[in-house]
Amino acid sequence: MSAIRIEDLRKQYGAVKALDGLTLTVQEKQVFGFLGPNGAGKTTTIRLLTGMSRPTGGSAWVAGEEIAHRREVTRKIGYLPEEPAFYNWMTPQEFLDHVGRIFGMGGTERGKRVNELLEQVGLAQVRKRRIGGFSRGMRQRLGLAQALLNRPEVLFLDEPASALDPIGRKDVLDLIETLRGSCTVFMSTHILADVERVCDTVGIINRGRLITEAPKEELLNRYTLPAFEVEAHPESQDAFSAWQQSAASLPFVASITPQNGLRARVVVNDVRTARRELPKHLAAASISLQRYEVVTPSLEDVFVRLINGGAV
Amino acid sequence: MSLFVSLRKEILQQWRTARLLIAAAVLIVFGMSSPLLAKFTPQILQSVPGAEEIGALIPTPTIMDAVGQYVKNTAQFGVILAFLLTMGAIAVEKEKGTALMMLVKPLPRSAFVISKFLATAFTFTISVAVAGLGAYYYTSLLFETPAALPWLLMNLLLLANIFFYIALTLFYSALMRSQAAALGLAFGSMLVMNLLSISKKIAVLLPDSLLQWGAQTALRLPGNPNWTGLGVTLCLTVVLVSGAWLVFRKQEL
Repeated sequence: MSAIRIEDLRKQYGAVKALDGLTLTVQEKQVFGFLGPNGAGKTTTIRLLTGMSRPTGGSAWVAGEEIAHRREVTRKIGYLPEEPAFYNWMTPQEFLDHVGRIFGMGGTERGKRVNELLEQVGLAQVRKRRIGGFSRGMRQRLGLAQALLNRPEVLFLDEPASALDPIGRKDVLDLIETLRGSCTVFMSTHILADVERVCDTVGIINRGRLITEAPKEELLNRYTLPAFEVEAHPESQDAFSAWQQSAASLPFVASITPQNGLRARVVVNDVRTARRELPKHLAAASISLQRYEVVTPSLEDVFVRLINGGAV
Repeated sequence: MSLFVSLRKEILQQWRTARLLIAAAVLIVFGMSSPLLAKFTPQILQSVPGAEEIGALIPTPTIMDAVGQYVKNTAQFGVILAFLLTMGAIAVEKEKGTALMMLVKPLPRSAFVISKFLATAFTFTISVAVAGLGAYYYTSLLFETPAALPWLLMNLLLLANIFFYIALTLFYSALMRSQAAALGLAFGSMLVMNLLSISKKIAVLLPDSLLQWGAQTALRLPGNPNWTGLGVTLCLTVVLVSGAWLVFRKQEL
């Protein structure tokens, strides 16, 4: 069953089409990665789905409710904006308690849930400290806690880790991983490593349109071509440059992307032939190698390829 | 239910961000000092070298001066505080993103807006009440004891006047994205009303007309009650708060 269904959703700001006929389905209990470059329409989509903005056209359903029924939708969702804002004079405990009151939770249930979440996001020790003094990572964790307070059916996370340092990012991604199977997570990001780490399904959006949507593994299998990383010894620099030009015309080579003067990424369309022929071809060009390896295709390769509409 | 939840938070905010304290302190200082200043201004002037003659020219102060001073001070500082405490109520929450954080939850925008008005009104009710009691005490001590009920009525009219300015500023705070713009528009509206009050026919309809009625009532001076002015003020207050909600509910966050 689908947790989110979007049909031909459009949003226009003046002449700018922020969302241009987005159609997408997210299944229940999935961690869905909504991937796209800056300005692709990720935040606009989330704002429309959470009822904070009105579509110019099309329709969408979240947790079985049409987004036009804002009140019903808000009861079933949680939302963490890119930069969560809080009342700085409150403590995290007070803030979560306030959110619990908004959801109409009773005193005992609210107190229990607040404590549970403060423990879960690692803020139990600072429950009585003013939010105004919190670091960005702490604010993000509190943001996640407030989004989870009502045990949402669908959790929207807008760039949840993009502004954090590596430790903060790890904390937040670890938390997201713990949600797998308990609710549907719709996570927008432009950080491919985050998607690769936590998402089950990926949708790629660019210029307000969905380019593709598939389970992560399927996407990798479907779009990534095997690649070889070749690094020449400095003494072979000239020969290596010449080799790159000639190798581009080999039948099993899809593309060659120079990384710098001494390194190149060779994407091939026939990995068996390439494994056999590429070393021979390099040897024939008298190139001394520093490194030669078959690289694992990454989501980044798929993303770049799809966004550019061309080769990896 | 949502209104009470939101109002609880707003009142807590008035307390924790010291708004209640600031409003109360300012109004108490200027309210209580009004009868004191009315009483002692001639003596103060007479004690200033070179200004003795000016001091002697001032007639012996009466309760009228004390009440007049109190109404003038409380209204002036009340309006300034109403502007300052309300200008960011919605605009800042929109700008900072807290409005988005709260309204993505099942909190109606009507509750969000109305609770802000009520909490600020609460702050001023407490502040004017304490200031009024202080001024009553000193007026009784230095002049004569004013009748309690008319004094209460005068303070209620003062509050009605301040509530109007809270509603006016809240409306602009909902309309604009910056608190400076909200303040500018509220101040501009006040200037327009002051210009309009040149016409006596219009002046009796404006919220500031309540101040004169309040002073008259407290001093038991002859004069007709200005029910029309009160009606217009209360209607405008309701219209402005409703307008703030209507404007805000259409906005995308």
